[in-house]
Order: sequence, then C-alpha cells, then structure tokens
Amino acid sequence: MVPTSYFLALSALLFAIGVTGVLVRRNLIVMFMSIEVMLNAVNLAFVTFARAHGSVDGQVIVFFVMTVAAAEAAVGLAIIIAIFRNRETVNADELNLMRW
Amino acid sequence: MPLWLFAFLAALSVISALGVVLQRNPVHCLLALIVTLLAIAVLFIGLGAVTVGFLQAIVYVGAILVLFLFVIWLLNIQALPAERSHLALKFFASVGAAALVAELFVFFARAPATPPAAHPTPDYGSIAQLSVSLFSDYLIAFEVTSVLLLVAIVGAIALARRVPEARASRAVPAEARAAESEGW
Repeated sequence: MVPTSYFLALSALLFAIGVTGVLVRRNLIVMFMSIEVMLNAVNLAFVTFARAHGSVDGQVIVFFVMTVAAAEAAVGLAIIIAIFRNRETVNADELNLMRW
Repeated sequence: MPLWLFAFLAALSVISALGVVLQRNPVHCLLALIVTLLAIAVLFIGLGAVTVGFLQAIVYVGAILVLFLFVIWLLNIQALPAERSHLALKFFASVGAAALVAELFVFFARAPATPPAAHPTPDYGSIAQLSVSLFSDYLIAFEVTSVLLLVAIVGAIALARRVPEARASRAVPAEARAAESEGW
C-alpha cells in the first residue's frame, strides 16, 4: 500500500509544474493547458484524501471540478478565438492594450 | 496499488507535465497533457476511485482535450512566430515554483497524520455509491452544475460567433465547438 503522503507529494509537484507553466509560457493555449495540469493536481489530492478518510465526498468534488473545468475550457477557448480574430495573436505579451 | 506502479505513474505524470511546460509546439504540449491526464486517471483507479478515473479518461481526454486540439487547428498556431523568451521571468517562475513545492511539502509534513485508512467497502468509488451521494447530499450543487454548463455553452457560442459582416467561411468551427461542449 502506497502511503498517502506520496500521493500528496506528487500532487504538490504537479501543481507547481502547472504554476510554472502559467508563469513561463506566453502562448495563451499552453497557459490554459497548464491550468488543466493544476486542476488535475488538486483532483489527485481530493481523491487521496477521500481514500484516506474512507469517504466518497472527495470524489464527488472531483466530479464538480471536472464540470467546472469543462465550462472553463469552453468559454476560455472561445475568448481565445475572439482575441485571435481581433488581434491575430495568442501571445499574452502582445495583448498590452490595457498596460499602463 | 503496488509501489512500483505508483512510482512509474508518478514519474510518467511528472515528466509529461514538464513536457506540457517545455515543449515549443502546442500540439506536442497537448499530447504530453494527454499522457499526464491518463496517468492521473490510472492513479485514481488505483486509489479506488474507479468511476472518477474513467470519467477523467472520457471527459477530459475525450472531450476537453479534443476541444483544445480543435482550437489549435482552427487558429493554425504553428504558423505563428515563436514566443520570445524572458530569462528573468523563467528564473523567478522556477524559484517561485520551487518555493511553492517546499511550502506544500512542509505543510503536508506538519499536517496531523490522517487516520489509518478506513478499510473501504467493496463498492467504494463505484458508480452506485457515487450517485447516491451525488443525488442526495449534493443534489442542489448538481442541479446548479447543469445551469453552469448551459451558461457556458451559450457564452461560448456568443463569444466565438463571427459578426455578420465577416466572412462566413470561418463560422463553421464555432458551431463545431459548440456541438463539442454540448456533446459531453
């Protein structure tokens, strides 16, 4: 049996990788994918804790997180398409109209 | 779940997650993300969350990532100039991520030991047990979720729709994307 802390450590590592992706990459779509990595790291922690407590509630939360992720991906990618139509770019650095 | 299987899946998911961050081509990033999500799905199943693991494979890999792929193809991302590198940004992001990992490790290490794993019932994580919980304790949240998805569908169509005077030839992908988000 694998200890709970191993799963939590893996979850922390994946979350940090996702954070790095959002900070380092400038391509909006890749930043979005990094957000998906972060969401999955959190899901892994939820399932791990659900298992540790012998409860199924954590898995239900994962179900809701997946739903929100689907909605977020649909709306976010629609926004990216709208930005691309207007600016012909998906580079976050070039979207500096509001920059002071 | 045996330790060697966990070690393999953990290494696979971390390496492919690094691939998401480090690959230059967005399609390669997407393929790495698919590997990450499938490895995590197997970890879910190993943790007893069988239903959630299969949902992960079907909903995430089957629907959400295909949506990403459609958008990458639609925008023809590879024809765009490569993103410039910001060395200072990369440095500080790496330092910040390392600090985050250290903080989370300390946090988890200081947390009180979780009670010894309650021996799960034979149907732990089954679709029956999950749906009993979903339709009793979480019924309102479940219903609100359907409203959320409806709003997301309408919002995605409204955002991605072309203005009428624009070329009609590129209006088709918006409908395809709407059908995709509706389909799951």
